Amino acid sequence: MDAIKQMLGNLLEPLFGPLWPAVWALITIVALLAPLMLCVAYLTYFERKVIGAIQLRVGPNRVGPLGLLQPIADAVKLLLKEVIIPSGANKALFVIGPILAIAPSLAAWAVVPLDKGVVVADINAGLLYLVAIVSIEVYGIIIAGWASNSKYAFLGAMRATAQMVSYEVSLGFALICVLLISSSLNMTDIVTRQGEGTFASMGLGFLSWNWLPLLPMFVIYFVSGLAETNRAPFDVVEGESEIVAGHMVEYSGMAFALFFLAEYANMILVSVMTSILFLGGWLSPVGFMPDGFHWLALKTAFFLFVFLWVRATFPRFRYDHVMRLGWKVFVPITIVWVVVVAGWMMSPLSIWK
Amino acid sequence: MGARDYIGSLFLKELFKGLALTGRHFFRRKLTQMFPEERTPLSPRFRGLHALRRYPDGEERCIACKLCEAVCPAMAITIEIGEREDGSRRTTRYDMDFSKCIYCGFCEEACPVDAIVETQIFDYHGEERSDLYYTKKMLLATGDRFKDQIEAAKAADAKYR
Repeated sequence: MDAIKQMLGNLLEPLFGPLWPAVWALITIVALLAPLMLCVAYLTYFERKVIGAIQLRVGPNRVGPLGLLQPIADAVKLLLKEVIIPSGANKALFVIGPILAIAPSLAAWAVVPLDKGVVVADINAGLLYLVAIVSIEVYGIIIAGWASNSKYAFLGAMRATAQMVSYEVSLGFALICVLLISSSLNMTDIVTRQGEGTFASMGLGFLSWNWLPLLPMFVIYFVSGLAETNRAPFDVVEGESEIVAGHMVEYSGMAFALFFLAEYANMILVSVMTSILFLGGWLSPVGFMPDGFHWLALKTAFFLFVFLWVRATFPRFRYDHVMRLGWKVFVPITIVWVVVVAGWMMSPLSIWK
Repeated sequence: MGARDYIGSLFLKELFKGLALTGRHFFRRKLTQMFPEERTPLSPRFRGLHALRRYPDGEERCIACKLCEAVCPAMAITIEIGEREDGSRRTTRYDMDFSKCIYCGFCEEACPVDAIVETQIFDYHGEERSDLYYTKKMLLATGDRFKDQIEAAKAADAKYR
């Protein structure tokens, strides 16, 4: 990454002069977000294929070879559709809603390291930044639901707020455990720390990753991630049999597509975060294979598959069960595990010296 | 809830069971029929698009008895009668509105001369309502075009009639 910066800097720095750092930042952002958007588009295709396969269907296969152009066709369709603003809606907020939904889900990617040193902003408070940004996510949904001036949208927004706030607590506690044992908020450090220890030096890296000592947190983080992204079985927010599409009900065309993009970008984000925090990010599971981005991609793909697998398997939670799971199961377990981990670290049995 | 169930739910026992089930289905053979290329077999009694038939000498079968019009529960058939130059009783108008038709097959059963029949064609469309309004000429054309198919279906079903 530094080498690329050096090379491009030599080429472009005379051109832009003092603007060069800003230009470089823009280049990195585009280089991250353009492939991300492509991943989001193909995640929808992947989702339809996987759910189709589980339901003994074949999924989309008409547009292009194996249906590979389907996401492109969908994107073109959504782009060309009219964005209808309901007459009773608050116009300004109605437009701001989808923007506020997608902006945090893209902004969160700034601190996500894809490989050693490959990150847009390698800041010390990476994890904190991430938690803060992901919390803003819910504003887009509230604003969209409120501005639509529709009872379904409003109910969806209320549910989304309650659900996302509830699960953020257990999500935060799970992150605190990770933070404790890696004693750093920097994402790159969190990954590097997982590659140290007895097992890692024995060449069995996958046993030294955080998932093993933090197994309950690992599961809770992922399940809370499902709830945070409003994916099935926690999709009461947009439960189509109850409240049509929740906060998105009045949106059409590209405004709707933005919510859609945000949801899928969030899915990828949660998968990447789970891989980084608990499965050692780009670290190789065994000593004799080199570390690299492909490991992170593989782990992320696995979690994305689990997202879809779970969606194809479980029916939607009843709303009060969602709340019960969040407050009466996850929060107590995570609090207990924070105490356990803290005690473990202080005890002579600590494995994180 | 006993202690056993409690532990089971804590370790997501049933959830993993469910995931295993759908996981197995993921690798099963897919049942999808690739529709335009592959078609499912149709019964000879399948009730699809209507057609008016002719006798082998080219004379139209319909004698304008109006039984089909009378029996049609959706009132999709409109018939007007006139005398042809040779003095025979014929329809001057035989229109079917497929936006009204419910494909019950009563017209076919009512017909004393097997003139109006339902074919096995089901994948046709109209872009507006008027496209689904078929005149006598169109119905006869369908009958001529799918003559072999209609007769094969009739023959296959004959022994059960």
